[in-house]
Amino acid sequence: MSEANAIEAVDLRKSYGEDVVALDGLTFSVPAGTVFGLLGPNGAGKSTTVKILTTLAHPDGGSAKVAGFDILREPARVRESIGVVSQAGGLDREATGRENLRLQGQVFGMGGRELERRIDELLEQFRLADAGKRLVREYSGGMQRRLDVAQGLVHKPRVLFLDEPTTGLDPEVRAEMWDEIARLSGAGLTVLLTTHYLEEADQLAAQLAIVDKGRVVAEGSPDALKRELRGDAIHIELGTETAAEAAVREALARVDGLDEIIYDENRLLHARAEDGARTVPAVLAALDGADLEVAAVTVARPSLDDVYLRFAGRTFGEAESADGGRRTDDEKEATR
Amino acid sequence: MKALRDTRHMTVRHLLALWRQPWWIAVSLIQPVIWLLLFGALFKAVTDIPGFGSDNYIQFLAPGVVVMTAFFGAGWAGMPVIEDIDRGVIDRFLVSPVKRSSLISGRLASWSLTTAIQSLIIVVLALIVGASFANSVLGVAILIVEAILVGAAFGCLSIGLALLIRKEETLIAAVQFLVLPLSFMSVTFMQKSLMPGWMQTVSDFNPLNWAVEAGRDAVTAGPDWGAIAGKTGLLVAFLCLCGFFAMRAFRTYQRAV
Repeated sequence: MSEANAIEAVDLRKSYGEDVVALDGLTFSVPAGTVFGLLGPNGAGKSTTVKILTTLAHPDGGSAKVAGFDILREPARVRESIGVVSQAGGLDREATGRENLRLQGQVFGMGGRELERRIDELLEQFRLADAGKRLVREYSGGMQRRLDVAQGLVHKPRVLFLDEPTTGLDPEVRAEMWDEIARLSGAGLTVLLTTHYLEEADQLAAQLAIVDKGRVVAEGSPDALKRELRGDAIHIELGTETAAEAAVREALARVDGLDEIIYDENRLLHARAEDGARTVPAVLAALDGADLEVAAVTVARPSLDDVYLRFAGRTFGEAESADGGRRTDDEKEATR
Repeated sequence: MKALRDTRHMTVRHLLALWRQPWWIAVSLIQPVIWLLLFGALFKAVTDIPGFGSDNYIQFLAPGVVVMTAFFGAGWAGMPVIEDIDRGVIDRFLVSPVKRSSLISGRLASWSLTTAIQSLIIVVLALIVGASFANSVLGVAILIVEAILVGAAFGCLSIGLALLIRKEETLIAAVQFLVLPLSFMSVTFMQKSLMPGWMQTVSDFNPLNWAVEAGRDAVTAGPDWGAIAGKTGLLVAFLCLCGFFAMRAFRTYQRAV
């Protein structure tokens, strides 16, 4: 295991009950001092991963090191080294912002003037200086989320876990939150960020792992992952009449330069082409020749959605609706 | 050391939260007054039953109300724990270096402090309406200790149940199910010799009854100190058992995460 990695997870496995496999051999590593994204739909196993790495849950199999300490053999050392911002947050709503931060610091053995100074600093940094004396119950969603992150940082952890930090926030507040998170990296802090927002991973993570059904299906920087998909993405929505997949594939076999054809159950056709604009007319002609009606066509530069489609074999939206019903940690969170 | 420090921090947290709920304070002060005056008036005639032994029912009832109030309050100790679970507060502490035991002992410490104050207020009120407490300060102190011991034990049970079932409705049902039968199968309202035989037997195994008997004896002239010490010992043992249960429940909770 390399010392330059802040997190190393090897073959993590975890099941809930008989039939829900949350993690199915998850392996990834996070270089120290970077923001690393775990990207995947709800139910992919991201929250379970965070719970295991933060010593809250026990894995059924596999091993992991966080900040150089083994999560199973040295959980106490791991807890001293990490800050955790869970989906539920963990703030005491009946206490003030300052009291929340104070208790968090005290639990880590801080106290006195040093702790109060640290609290001032964090309230300032997260634009909560005026709200520090108010009860958290009165905070807006965005303010609570900022206090959540401040709470995770009180004791200056080496590794910060942010589990879905912007879920449930309106777009404007989410953009503000992104600014806060972007500012965190750089000071030697390693951040593990889980998200099911593609843009969020794209914006914030230097490196990311795409998780699907409890496994890492792709890993790399967002740009490198997108670059792997040479050419443009073509998405075609076929008309109302049900078209057999075989007929579609046969029609497209005659088109040059068309790759990675996927036809899903919503009559959506996804494909990849070196030069999208030039290939589309040929595709349309081929479909027309086979009497297949086309309802809509889009051509786009590759996005993380396309990366996901390529590695997980389905679109992000499909994965969300298919796996959302599985009883996993993400889902349990959502029902609370 | 760390356990003590963490307990202190948690105690401060709970006391601050209580202090901010004036309604809670008001209700928890008014409720024992209602017990004392209502039951005092309702059952006044039981002193006429031959063999009851006392002719001042308020006098008889007051120590029982002190213990019962602590017991009733403690039954709900698990409710804020469920709220903490739902808001992720428990999980946040479990991934920090905080001593696990302080999450329980902090609640018990803050609760014991408020119970002591509440008990004192009931004693003063009982004095005003005509009760008297023998053995003065020592007797009242022992009475309050018994109330806190039995309350802390049931508080641990409630917290343990909360961690296991994690549903407010279920906890409410469980507490309701236990509280009234245990209260009536004790000498809180009635002289033991006047209870049906089977109920007398049950009450021998009822921790609430141990506390009421020991507490009442402590404020009665010519107490049997040996019997009081014995029942206090039983209560301490019961508290240890319940504390152990609550700690085990923590482990079970964490395994279910």
